[in-house]
Amino acid sequence: MEKNINITLKIWRQAGPKEKGKFETYKLENISTDSSFLEMLDVLNEKLVRERKEPIAFDHDCREGICGMCGLYINGHPHGLDGETTTCQLHMRRFNDGDTITIEPWRSTGFPVIKDLIVNRGAFDKIIQAGGYVSVNTGGIPDGNAIPIPRHKAEEAMDAASCIGCGACVAACKNGSAMLFVAAKVSQFALLPQGQVERVARAKAMVSKMDELGFGNCTNTGACEAECPKAISISHIARLNREYLKAKFKD
Amino acid sequence: MTKKQVTSQTEAPIIDAKIPEGHLAEKWTNYKANQKLVNPANKRRLDIIVVGTGLAGASAAASLAELGFNVLNFCIQDSPRRAHSIAAQGGINAAKNYQNDGDSVYRLFYDTLKGGDYRAREANVYRLAEVSNSIIDQCVAQGVPFAREYGGLLDNRSFGGAQVSRTFYARGQTGQQLLLGAYSALSRQVGKGTVKLYTRHEMLDVVIIDGRARGIIARNLVTGKIERFSAHAVVVGSGGYGNAFFLSTNAMSCNGSAAIQMYKKGAFFANPAFAQIHPTCIPVHGEFQSKLTLMSESLRNDGRIWVPKKKEDAEAIRQGKLKPTDLKEEDRDYFLERRYPAFGNLVPRDVASRASKERCDAGYGVGNTGLAVYLDFEDSIKRLGEDVVRARYGNLFQMYEKIVDDNPYKTPMMIYPAIHYTMGGIWVDYELQTTVKGLFCIGEANFSDHGANRLGASALMQGLADGYFILPYTIQNYLADQIRVPRFSTELPEFDEAENQISEKIKRIMAVQGKRSVDSIHRELGLVMWDFVGMGRNKAGLEHALERIQKIRKEFWSNVFVPGKAEDMNNELEKALRVADFIEIGELMARDALLREESCGGHFREEYQTEEGEALRNDEKFAFASCWKFNGEGEEPTLFKEMLEYEFVKRQQRNYKA
Ligand SMILES: Cc1cc2nc3c(=O)[nH]c(=O)nc-3n(C[C@H](O)[C@H](O)[C@H](O)COP(=O)(O)OP(=O)(O)OC[C@H]3O[C@@H](n4cnc5c(N)ncnc54)[C@H](O)[C@@H]3O)c2cc1C
Ligand code: SF4
Ligand code: FES
Repeated sequence: MEKNINITLKIWRQAGPKEKGKFETYKLENISTDSSFLEMLDVLNEKLVRERKEPIAFDHDCREGICGMCGLYINGHPHGLDGETTTCQLHMRRFNDGDTITIEPWRSTGFPVIKDLIVNRGAFDKIIQAGGYVSVNTGGIPDGNAIPIPRHKAEEAMDAASCIGCGACVAACKNGSAMLFVAAKVSQFALLPQGQVERVARAKAMVSKMDELGFGNCTNTGACEAECPKAISISHIARLNREYLKAKFKD
Repeated sequence: MTKKQVTSQTEAPIIDAKIPEGHLAEKWTNYKANQKLVNPANKRRLDIIVVGTGLAGASAAASLAELGFNVLNFCIQDSPRRAHSIAAQGGINAAKNYQNDGDSVYRLFYDTLKGGDYRAREANVYRLAEVSNSIIDQCVAQGVPFAREYGGLLDNRSFGGAQVSRTFYARGQTGQQLLLGAYSALSRQVGKGTVKLYTRHEMLDVVIIDGRARGIIARNLVTGKIERFSAHAVVVGSGGYGNAFFLSTNAMSCNGSAAIQMYKKGAFFANPAFAQIHPTCIPVHGEFQSKLTLMSESLRNDGRIWVPKKKEDAEAIRQGKLKPTDLKEEDRDYFLERRYPAFGNLVPRDVASRASKERCDAGYGVGNTGLAVYLDFEDSIKRLGEDVVRARYGNLFQMYEKIVDDNPYKTPMMIYPAIHYTMGGIWVDYELQTTVKGLFCIGEANFSDHGANRLGASALMQGLADGYFILPYTIQNYLADQIRVPRFSTELPEFDEAENQISEKIKRIMAVQGKRSVDSIHRELGLVMWDFVGMGRNKAGLEHALERIQKIRKEFWSNVFVPGKAEDMNNELEKALRVADFIEIGELMARDALLREESCGGHFREEYQTEEGEALRNDEKFAFASCWKFNGEGEEPTLFKEMLEYEFVKRQQRNYKA
């Protein structure tokens, strides 16, 4: 049932990439437990604006768990403690009256802070640009049903393709590794006939780009899988490692 | 401030859509055979700005770059992959006829034209159906993991307004997978250096030089700096303007600003009143609410829509004394199946939305507000088993449960109509060119192929058709005589002037220092739109809306408060600039709705309905697209008409009953 709660927020504020940041404390009263976490922040921002203060900068867009734009580190967990949930899908009914909630940006070398809770995840785009595609131009393509694909393969590829590029895996990892993100893309294409031609080159190019951009090494802690809002499995990392070994072997 | 009188529509001038000669099925082929092309060496010398990285923008940018043009591509989000297309759930139509159920290019064309209540352009809709099949092939080749049958071939589902299964899908995440396909094609070009990507950049104006679009002014959303970009042509795929209603199923940054900028630079705005209210959204639940969530139309394949048959049951449910599962079969009114036996739960969206509203207005609504109806899966779970239902709709059910805290496998979902899509938009001719030379508009941002109502799974089709298969051809017909035009300097006086105007506007907004937050004004506008320019419209209401919108405009420009600095990341300023334009759009929508004294598709004028409460079109007077030309701030816009002459199809009263 809906009820209202009072909460205390400890939020990271940082005016710019080079400024020093610090936590600020805010109190909020009468927050409906039916509201979403981001709607709670809207309420706080509305209050700050009314007090003629600068509102808290945070990223968000679709607010339905699919665009991957939102991403807050809530009480020590990327996207909070609810399993398989993005920040925008988290609801205040998961919190209790009197709770103190700590909110931070993703913290990782690969994702520098831009302002307050907003980070730069441009590195993910660069990794995809390095090889996260099948090289086909528009047009001149055979019929969609020309190549049957076993259903279980298509489904597994779809599991991998569900990654929303939010970066929670990197934020969760003590090494700041982007392996889960990279593995999901490599895996999607490795499972499909369309991805075969460039299979080896793709894995190599994406992994070396990831290394180049300052992401850490994967030591198989499994933290990424546990925090991924789309339940991307670390079995994809195992597949990526196999692909990568193959690539190295060919060198 | 604008006068509220509407141009008399009888004397409006006519505009020409440049539809090619020939039989319907030959027009596109004829066009391509006769159009001008640009040779490879010259392509390299031509720059094209593409605004937007949704299905339309990303597919266009990638395809143009593959052809050899230099592309500059812009988006608001931090990555092109996050454009609002990502949120599309249900699927994409194509006339493949893989199911052997009688589908064809003609049938897809016909369904789309009829679904749009005969207010779309015949030749464009036919072309859309014609290229639909290539889209599926293209996406499969990119590695889009569409749903498949056990034999490994592509699977289909049914969507509203069709009696065949022609919708391709990837679980409830079709838009995501299609966009990631386009995004990967785009990324490949970025990697090659043929596309230069500008993320977190918002276009604030088009720059016109000697009557042609030659660049844009954009705000770098990270630094707040105003930047200039020049090109030989500008393509805008900025999406729809449904957020004029504040609450909608659109993402938070969806806006109508790029459209208003084009409109103010001479592009006509067509059919602004045609907006789609989607029947299956999670109902409004609180004042703090920031957006509405769609429950995909695909759910109507297996879900049945109903309300209690008796008012006392509805009342008891609203008070929490009765549960829907307590009601026996004979006490339920499956009103879509009752009213429309031939299409049942799969009637088009406008029809389903109005029927739900009718039941709720009559006192049969459920939920604590009484503004909700049930979407029930009990029968399909019995018939197919929970596992099958989970495989088809699992992510949607999960999304519902997260928001509402109710388990839809056990108790019916509650849904209510919400604004979802805008059929109206910038007018384009057959070549997707606006009334400004060199300015093209694609995807949801143009007035598109959907007439007065869009069928489900057709927006994704249109966005990708425009971007992959239509614009890359038609833009060459324009660029062919531009090959001798050198690159433009952004130091030209036209750029100075455009930038000055923008800077002035920003200064004015920052200087108001009033008492209202941007959101509070946006909410106020949204309520006016929903109440008077929403599902049921009438003359008095629309006139009232026009007056209210004037007041809201005044309130905005005299009482808004934007904190922080303009030369910095400033989310409130971004929102303020968009809301200023939503006010303009709201006014255009109301004005257009007032003009159109008929009901068609999503535009329902209460004065014009049949005895059974169905939309009553007036083909004699309104078989045209209304195109509005901007005449300056505070001036009344001029109406132009594109007459929708049908050479091949006979207009009929839409009938989904038999
Ligand atoms: C929840 C939901 C579900 C849907 N499901 C379906 C479905 O199942 N099937 C279907 O066919 N359709 C569906 N639709 C409709 C469909 O998703 C959209 O119509 C379509 O994706 C629009 O694509 P687009 O490329 O035109 O615009 P968008 O995807 O909205 O992209 C707009 C782009 O323009 C950029 N942009 C906007 N303004 C500016 C500016 N001023 N400066 C710079 N960049 C700018 C944005 O950053 C973005 O990149 C759905 C819509 C919603 C809301
Ligand atoms: S793998 Fe999971 S956590 Fe990482 S970016 Fe993708 S969705 Fe986010
Ligand atoms: S805002 Fe899109 S995933 Fe959260």
